[in-house]
Order: sequence, then structure tokens, then C-alpha cells
Amino acid sequence: MENKLRKIFAETLNISEEQVTDGLEYNSIPEWDSISHMALIATLDDEFNIMMETEDVIDLSSFAKAKEILSKYGVQF
Amino acid sequence: MTLEQLFQSNPYEMKAEDKKKMMFQEISSLTKLHRERCEPYENINKALPAQHEEGMIEDLPFLPVRLFKLAELRSVEKEAVIKTLTSSGTTSQVVSRIFLDKETSLFQTKALVTIVKSYLGNQRLPMIIVDSPNVIKDRTSFSARGAGIMGLINFGRNHFYLLNESMEINWEGLEQFLEAHKGQEILLFGFTFMVWKYFYKAALEQNKKISLGKSILIHSGGWKKLLDEAVDNETFKSRIKDQLGIERIHNFYGMVEQVGSIFMECEHGRLHTPSFADLLVRDPQTLEVLPNGEQGIIQVMSLLPRSYPGHNLLTEDLGTILGEDNCPCGRHGKSFVVHGRLPAAELRGCSDTHAFDSGGNNGNTSSQI
Repeated sequence: MENKLRKIFAETLNISEEQVTDGLEYNSIPEWDSISHMALIATLDDEFNIMMETEDVIDLSSFAKAKEILSKYGVQF
Repeated sequence: MTLEQLFQSNPYEMKAEDKKKMMFQEISSLTKLHRERCEPYENINKALPAQHEEGMIEDLPFLPVRLFKLAELRSVEKEAVIKTLTSSGTTSQVVSRIFLDKETSLFQTKALVTIVKSYLGNQRLPMIIVDSPNVIKDRTSFSARGAGIMGLINFGRNHFYLLNESMEINWEGLEQFLEAHKGQEILLFGFTFMVWKYFYKAALEQNKKISLGKSILIHSGGWKKLLDEAVDNETFKSRIKDQLGIERIHNFYGMVEQVGSIFMECEHGRLHTPSFADLLVRDPQTLEVLPNGEQGIIQVMSLLPRSYPGHNLLTEDLGTILGEDNCPCGRHGKSFVVHGRLPAAELRGCSDTHAFDSGGNNGNTSSQI
């Protein structure tokens, strides 16, 4: 599942999979800004068939955090 | 209370007494912080009389908003800036530039969530953006419109941009969107004038009556152009309800110099201060603070700005504070209304007086700002 998530990150942010590590943070690279963040959230909603709440959209500020938040919605890593 | 604690609580529950104390402490310490980190700001402060430690909030130094058009005011290194916001001054050539670092940008997002979720809840709603996608094309520099959209976009999902590049309604897309979200509560966001001209008026002219049913419209950006057409808030609401079927409509007062700590309109048509922002009204001539109920220039305070000295600003808008902790809607904080821009506020320099006197409607506010 972590690989699936890494792939989604790489594809929606348009970066290489190697760049997607736990330490990857929102606004730390030009590719992950507020606009691509919305695209990322939309893809995560679709791919995992969930509907994240507003606060989680804001909190999802790193790859590690994404795993934590998705776990809340029943996605297992 | 730390900002983080304020973001975790209801933004409309702090009582006047606590608020007053907190605001004085926090705005004082922000003044100190920016004096240390922003040289031009320090230079301005050095020219002012010294403040007393035990003073009042109204004695703390404030900047006129237009200073952000004239000087580059930054309290962080250039490298730390991740986003620059620009004002959309309609008649002026010079734009304000507001520099955001990661921290301030995050505070803005969190503040907005704290405020708006108290109106919308935590569920993201299918969202119609009454604008064209072009407005957010440049990803590092946002106009006021772009910044507004990017702030509100977090509350939505399945975002649909209502207008194309020529500002025409995509009726087909709208139909599909409404079909896909039948029976669901829909969030609409747009700038007041855009909603009026390109949605309401376009629908009226094309004889299209629609029912957005269980929907909520949030809009902002000022009434200047609408007041020229003699459209006030009440007219705006009733016409839009009639033509587009939107029942819940909330305006908010906010500015690019203080993104995040917005003042939302409640069910009783009053704007409200959240816990992390405050407001004073000053006499346009003497700059003395006016009592509640009297109209004057609005001064805004916000605890969010860290990367630029925008925590205490004198706007160019006229408003009246209606009360504190006593709005019939039950929210604490000050409630107020905005009457519009100070006449000829876009003019500048010492040659203002003539143009102002001939163009203004009360002709008595000359050159304080």
C-alpha cells in the first residue's frame, strides 16, 4: 500500500518516486504547493475511495503524515 | 493562549475582557518581533513616540495599508519566502506585496479553517468556484482573488470553475455538476462583484433561473462596484436567492494584507471578529478611537503575520462597530458593518487634497493617510 501511495505522490506532484520519502514535506519543494496539494487530495480521495475532512486536508503536510491520516480512514499500511 | 490553542477552540467564544488583555500582549510582542526583524519597520517605529508597557491596544503603532505598496516589508530572509501575495488595486498602478513564509502561510490556512468550519462543518462540500481557472495560473504569486480561492478551496471537493477565460458561464458543465451532486449541499465561492456580474446578471440576461437548493455562498472582495449600481448587501442576497436559489449567503471582510483572519458575516448580517483578530474604528480626521456606533476608518489587528509586519493596520475602509459580545447570533467578539472605501482612497501624495475635496462626498478627511 505504501508503494501505491508513493506512486500517487510521484505522479500527481510530478516528481520521481525516489523523492517521495517520509521526510517529504508540503511547501518544501516547488512541485508540492497549494495547487498541486488539491490535486493530490482529490486523487487520494478517489484512489482510496474516501472523503477526507477539511482538517485532514490541511494536516496532510508530509508523506509520513499522509500515511497516518489515511490510516484513520481505514487504509492499511 | 498560543495561536495553536486558539485554532483548536471556537473562534467566537472568548469574552471581551480576556480578549482585550490577550490582544494587547500579543500585538505588543508582534510589534517587538517585527521591529527586530524588519529594518524599515524599525525605522518607522523609531520615529514614533515611545510606548508604555502598560498601555492600551489603541496606543500600539499601526501602519497604513498602503505602505505595503510603497516599501518591501519583510521580516524573514528572502530565501524563506514561499509565496508573494499582491493586491488587486483597481485604479492604482502600484500593488501591495505581502511576503509569506511557511509558518505564516500555515497560520493563515489554519485560521481560515477554524473560522469557516464553524459555519460549514468539517465535511468538504462539492464546490463551485465563481471564477475562471486562470486566476490561479501563476503558482508562486497570487492576486487577492487567487489567494481567496486558494484559501476556500480546502473546504470543497470536485471543484468546478463556473467561468471560462472570457468570463462566460459554462452552462453545460454546471448542469453536469448539479446532476452529479443532486440533493447534496453545495459550496459556492466567488468575489462579490464576480458573483453579481458574471453569475447573477448573466443568468438574468439569459433568462436562466436555477435552483441551487441546499447551498451556501461565501463571497468577499468589497462592494465598491456594486454600490455604484446601488446594490447593497440586502439587495444582493434577495436577488441571488430569487434567481439562483441560494438560501445561505455569507459575505466576509478581509484583505490581502491579513489573509486568514477574516471577518465573517453571521445570520444577522453582521461581520464578526474571530479570537485571533480584532478591530477598532478611528475618526478619519483626528484618528482618535471612536465609540461603538460611530462610523470611521477601520483598523485591523491580526495575530497571524510573522513574515511581514502586517499585524496592526489602518485600512482605507469605513465601518461602524455595532457591539461586542452581544450580537443576536450568539457569537462573542465585536460585530460590525463596512460602509465602503474612504472616498478617493486610491489617490496618494500631498496633492491629494484637491482631488479629494472635489471628489469626496464629505470632503473632510484630508491627508492623515
